[in-house]
Amino acid sequence: MINFNHVSKTFKRNQVLDNIDLKIELGERIALVGSNGAGKTTLIRCLLGEYVYDGEVTVNGLVPRRERTKVLQKIGFVPQLPPPLKMPVGQLVGFAASLCNSERKRMEDVAQRLGLDLGKIARLPFVKLSGGMKQKLLIAIAMGRDTNVLVMDEPAANLDPDARHIFFELLAERLQNTTMLISSHRLDEVAPLVNRVLEMDRGKVVLDDRVADDASLSGKLACRLTLRRPEEAIAKALMGWGFRDTGNGTEWEGMIAGPDRLRFLGVLSRYVGLLTQISLDETERSAGQ
Amino acid sequence: MKHLWLTAKLDIVESLRARWFMIYSLVFGGIVALLFAFGLTESRVLGFIGLSRLLVTYIQLSMAILPIFVLITTVRSVAGDREAGVFEYLLSLPVSLSAWFWGKIIGRYLVVFLPVFAAMAAAAGWATIKEVEVPWEMFLYYTGLLASISWCFLGIGMLISTLARSIDVAQGAAFLVWLTMLLFLDLILLGIMIQGHVSPEVVVAAALANPLQVFRTAALMLFDPQLVVIGPAAYVIFDYFGGPLFKIYALIYPVVLGTLAATGGFLLFRRGDLP
Repeated sequence: MINFNHVSKTFKRNQVLDNIDLKIELGERIALVGSNGAGKTTLIRCLLGEYVYDGEVTVNGLVPRRERTKVLQKIGFVPQLPPPLKMPVGQLVGFAASLCNSERKRMEDVAQRLGLDLGKIARLPFVKLSGGMKQKLLIAIAMGRDTNVLVMDEPAANLDPDARHIFFELLAERLQNTTMLISSHRLDEVAPLVNRVLEMDRGKVVLDDRVADDASLSGKLACRLTLRRPEEAIAKALMGWGFRDTGNGTEWEGMIAGPDRLRFLGVLSRYVGLLTQISLDETERSAGQ
Repeated sequence: MKHLWLTAKLDIVESLRARWFMIYSLVFGGIVALLFAFGLTESRVLGFIGLSRLLVTYIQLSMAILPIFVLITTVRSVAGDREAGVFEYLLSLPVSLSAWFWGKIIGRYLVVFLPVFAAMAAAAGWATIKEVEVPWEMFLYYTGLLASISWCFLGIGMLISTLARSIDVAQGAAFLVWLTMLLFLDLILLGIMIQGHVSPEVVVAAALANPLQVFRTAALMLFDPQLVVIGPAAYVIFDYFGGPLFKIYALIYPVVLGTLAATGGFLLFRRGDLP
């Protein structure tokens, strides 16, 4: 489906991609990880036909640079840094829907599921939205259309836990017919979402590994915690995850999205001295997984 | 074609919300308001009185302000958009590069030309209400000149934006281009060249190639047909061409130059890295 054939990219004398050979099939969910300057963004931009390069990139046999409208019609992209667009939200959605031959309503529906009411913010300039709202809107634009490739750069970084869960559900709905390329600095952020990991370093793919993808994207985990004593900092963190206090600040209960378990445990690790008991039970799992 | 108009509309909306557009509109609107406030329509210079006096002054001020405004705002916003990641995102949507580039130019053209024209049209409207005679032939020709020079500098601005990868470089290059054209006006470098016995053909060719000089000569030609006030090169041009032919040249040449620059910019844009 996606082929990178001896792809190299040099900026002045700095080689950013070094003879990349990659084959990505339909339905693969790939974590593209690596430190700053590893070449992740350049690889994505070559895939989107935004850079010229040596070698060949094809998507379904088409070269993105030459047949960009056909190729990009099928690629949804969520950038890490939202562009500072001054246009109103409503116009951005209309513009994107029109270019992508999609219906505005589909994008609005995805935004609604993520907790973003486009009716209320249609007249606001995009640049004035909060980081989380921008992220939700860009996800809605990428997913509210017919695509078979999703390219996302730290897509869930600014989302609250509820929106993250919905986002994972949206991904789960597309598992069979969509290839996903998810870029991140940290593997633990995206590990539960993927079934293949590509690690880049100085323009080369240094690790290409298949991983077990038993974790359900749309599943949830019931979590119970017991603390040694009430503590304001952890209480605030838990309430941010939608937990409720069931016993004077020492007993907590809540639900966590399946792919968020690592992230959640990462948060808890800051308060590990306070924890006396923790349980995680899988409660929901989507039929297809 | 649909994508081209969508992009043009997008650029118009972005520009209307930008601070530069507010300042740009205020400057041109303000010039006309000030010219009225200082009673310019009542004064007489070289036999000109009424709205024609105002239009001549307005066109002279436009020559000084419009090119640098168009150049700087174009290169700043285009190079700025590229630096800020706007291109990365919007060009990930399925829009063809030609629709994107030319749509952007069309949108930007409307935004830079309309305030300049609106200020002049408002002056004509006000004069009509006040029963001051409006020199319509001059009004139409000046409209054509402003449209032509706006397109010219927009095309040059787009070419510079494509060549320069950062705002600073783009802005510096735009300023340098404007300064070079300004220096080669009849009364500055061309005068010195004539004093230094440079061949008259070279001087005239330099004058004809400089869109600022062409604009200035054509604008003044209407109120000073002998061109005694603007220098020897313009006088020779007038002698070679004759008035009517030069007036046509002054409308067409900047459009051709702007189109060539924009086309060059597009070809480079299409061949290079987009963001």
